[in-house]
Amino acid sequence: MSMNTQGRPTSAGDAGTAFQPKTFTGNRALDMEEPLIFEVGHLDVTGVDLDEPEGFEPQLGTHARADELDLPGLAEPEAMRHYVRLSRNNYAIDAGLYPLGSCTMKHNPRLNEKMARLPGFSDIHPLQPLSTVKGGVELIDELAHWLMVMTGTSAVAMSPKAGAHGELCGMMAIKAAHTAAGRDPKIVLVPESAHGTNPATAALLGYKVVSIDAKDDGTVDFDGLKATIAEHEGNIAGIMLTNPNTCGLFERDIIEIAEAIHAADAYFYCDGANFNAIVGKARPGDLGVDAMHINLHKTFSTPHGGGGPGSGPVVLSDRLAPFAPLPFLRKGENGPELVETTAEVEDGEKPFGRMTAFHGQMGMYVRALSYMLSHGSDGMRQASEDAVLNANYVRVGLQDLMTLPFGERPCMHEVLFDDSFLKDTGVTTLDFAKAMIDEGYHPMTMYFPLVVHGAMLIEPTESESRASLDLFVATMRDLVMSAKRGETERFSGAPYLSPRRRLDETLAARKPVLKWTAPEPADVTPVAAE
Amino acid sequence: MRYLPLSDTDRADMLARVGVDSIDELFSDIPEKARLNEVLDLPRRAGELQVERHLSNLAAKNVPASTVPFFVGAGAYKHHVPATVDHLIQRSEFLTSYTPYQPEITQGTLQYLFEFQTQVARLTAMDVANASMYDGSTGTGEAVLMAHRVTKKKKAVLSGGLHPQYRAVVEGLSEMANDDVVSLPADPTGTEDILSQIDDETSCVVVQSPSFYGQLIDLKPIAEKAHQHKALLIAVFTEVVSLGLIEPPGAQGADIVVGEGQSIGNGLNFGGPYVGLFATKQKYVRQMPGRLCGETVDADGKRGFVLTLSTREQHIRRDKATSNICTNSGLCCLAFTIHLSLLGSKGLGQMARINHANAVKLKQELAAISGVDVLNSAYFNEFTVKLPKAAAGVVEALAEKGILAGVPVSRLEPGKAELEDLLVVASTEVNTDEDRAALAGALKEVLA
Repeated sequence: MSMNTQGRPTSAGDAGTAFQPKTFTGNRALDMEEPLIFEVGHLDVTGVDLDEPEGFEPQLGTHARADELDLPGLAEPEAMRHYVRLSRNNYAIDAGLYPLGSCTMKHNPRLNEKMARLPGFSDIHPLQPLSTVKGGVELIDELAHWLMVMTGTSAVAMSPKAGAHGELCGMMAIKAAHTAAGRDPKIVLVPESAHGTNPATAALLGYKVVSIDAKDDGTVDFDGLKATIAEHEGNIAGIMLTNPNTCGLFERDIIEIAEAIHAADAYFYCDGANFNAIVGKARPGDLGVDAMHINLHKTFSTPHGGGGPGSGPVVLSDRLAPFAPLPFLRKGENGPELVETTAEVEDGEKPFGRMTAFHGQMGMYVRALSYMLSHGSDGMRQASEDAVLNANYVRVGLQDLMTLPFGERPCMHEVLFDDSFLKDTGVTTLDFAKAMIDEGYHPMTMYFPLVVHGAMLIEPTESESRASLDLFVATMRDLVMSAKRGETERFSGAPYLSPRRRLDETLAARKPVLKWTAPEPADVTPVAAE
Repeated sequence: MRYLPLSDTDRADMLARVGVDSIDELFSDIPEKARLNEVLDLPRRAGELQVERHLSNLAAKNVPASTVPFFVGAGAYKHHVPATVDHLIQRSEFLTSYTPYQPEITQGTLQYLFEFQTQVARLTAMDVANASMYDGSTGTGEAVLMAHRVTKKKKAVLSGGLHPQYRAVVEGLSEMANDDVVSLPADPTGTEDILSQIDDETSCVVVQSPSFYGQLIDLKPIAEKAHQHKALLIAVFTEVVSLGLIEPPGAQGADIVVGEGQSIGNGLNFGGPYVGLFATKQKYVRQMPGRLCGETVDADGKRGFVLTLSTREQHIRRDKATSNICTNSGLCCLAFTIHLSLLGSKGLGQMARINHANAVKLKQELAAISGVDVLNSAYFNEFTVKLPKAAAGVVEALAEKGILAGVPVSRLEPGKAELEDLLVVASTEVNTDEDRAALAGALKEVLA
């Protein structure tokens, strides 16, 4: 017999336990280096088969391109491999816990992707005759209904393209309402703990931002707020408040705050980034909110896509409803009617303008409605409860080792720690976060909100199982103990095991290289032999 | 509920571990009078099959572009997108990742953003491009705000060839920010006198080419006049495929180029999500809105990419930021980049020539119909025809015959008698000889 009588080893045996080979390619098995398309593509290659058109006389006038384009092409298998390899360098919610506070990285059901790709939604043009897109308009109307019922409001501006765009929309409605009433207040109140988009939005509209303070318990100092309102009486356009706030706490005085704002002829803008904590548990309209954007890509799980696209519809109170921008839906005899231009506006409708071309993020609307229909009112309430329960479970699992800036009180959907537990360890919040990467976790939100030192904001979401949370808590405890034992090397150089180690952001900003340029050709001048 | 992993046993155990008797104790900070004790009056949970049935019924009430002869453009275009694109953008690692705040584990996103920026800079012949805006219209609004920051002036002059809804976005934003706007009347033929509108007060001139009406515009003289008055030229496009064939705005003196990138990689989606392209000159980079991805090295000296120049942005600069933009169009950028990587110069050039050829052929067929005039002298894949009667009714009549013929200008500019009869018609690589014949034949019948 010439068969292999040695057999193949089925165990790893003692094969090279500590040896770290330096590979020729720079690859490490599944972890592969991938050049830029400009380094591998060719100008005469294309991955799309098209025929050269014939039999026509160009009518470009004098506008034809003078220079050849310099965009390298890839054949289809090359493109496939390039982008698959790139994808493998990304962390994703589908791969593991992604506890980015305030960002709501929850499961993205694939049913929603499938629905958004139905040709009846994905392959219709925003300006084809309305008689041919009745289902599209109905879908927007149905989603608007869900949003209004969930928030207890009477109108919704659907078109804003993301959360910050929704903030802009809400604040423009507020400005329009003041103008219509003959007022021109100059100030918008924003707590220190706010997302950066809030003051940026107010400033974009020419408002002066006046900061309001938090109490020691992490919520708005209502007495201080009243004093600020009195100080600027008659000159306040509104307040921009996140609730639940960015410390993961529900503002207990919310109704009194709204009343005080309203008494000052001002409006209450609520940043709805954290609405996912209270869906089905409380309605912002009942809390006195005049305008609130809803991040469909957070609360209603349309995927984040590596930074968008998002969608930020804005619900509006009765007082602001008339100012909703174009386009909007009006109830008609034969179903919802889409109002696109000022010429179609009727009495009582005072749209302040238009946020964007067309009708908004239809692709995201389909996904969000699919999510809502799947959960139902009961499932969404359960999702909020589970999100809050999971965050509190993490809190109690870690509060003896990490530090809660506002004491051991329940949190909402996210739990905020500060860095006092790292005092004298030589480990910073950033180091700690980078060490989480080596453990296979995406770090939590760091250094935000700004009101606590070295903030770590953890939002596990309702998508995590108990086992997943247990492992996360155990990992975090191990890291904390390690830091406290002085094992600084585990942190200071972390991450060690990711596709890239810590990146030099200072270098990137000092000498910005924002696009690829071909390297200077090497000097090939022959050197004379001596 | 299929998306929620906790069992009732888990919930009970976890509540005990947290130290509360009921879940409602965790919501006790909500004022009592605002607490909802019942579930909301909305449908209850539903299985996949039920949801799919409900949404499919809604989708079935719409007429998809690919099922009819389709000539609708005016800011969004029906193109063929290779199957590879949609497959790749649905990879979990791209689809379900967040904005790349942790570069060590998001090099995939960062590298494609760097590729995207490079592609957009090359296409437009500009120095730098950002990592996208929401879409072309909002990008145009941001471009005007940026020009005001650069020039420290606040008057924008808008060409009458600018998409009416882009114009509305700029006008709304400017009114709210107390900036000045001069909007020229609708200009279907590209013959307006915009040069005389530019003076020392002017911060920027906004010109679209190909225009909303399809007319190609010579940007050079406008750039020259703008620069004489220390104003910027903002060049806008809604059909990015045109750049495969026509002179890029960067070669004509544009200071900011902003456009809609939907045509490459992205479907019609009833108007969104799309992807705004935004490029400028190196000297203005620190006044740019939006995210920027830059090259750097890691601790081992390997090349890597990070979000950079974030001191322009809201999360650092708050009320001093250049824009409030946060989430942009990440996944749409990826679709754009993959499609353009497949095309390359060669494929994009061919695609652009097919688009142009189809438009030229369509123009010939429509111009041969009695009473129909084509208004444009030079165009890419879109042009405006003047009909012998109101265009809106004609489009509706053609829709009943199963042909989506274009956009009546009156849909966007109602109540303007001089625009009542105008129809904007687009033709791309998806149109066949049969499509064109169907449109021409049906139009003849409707006009007879």
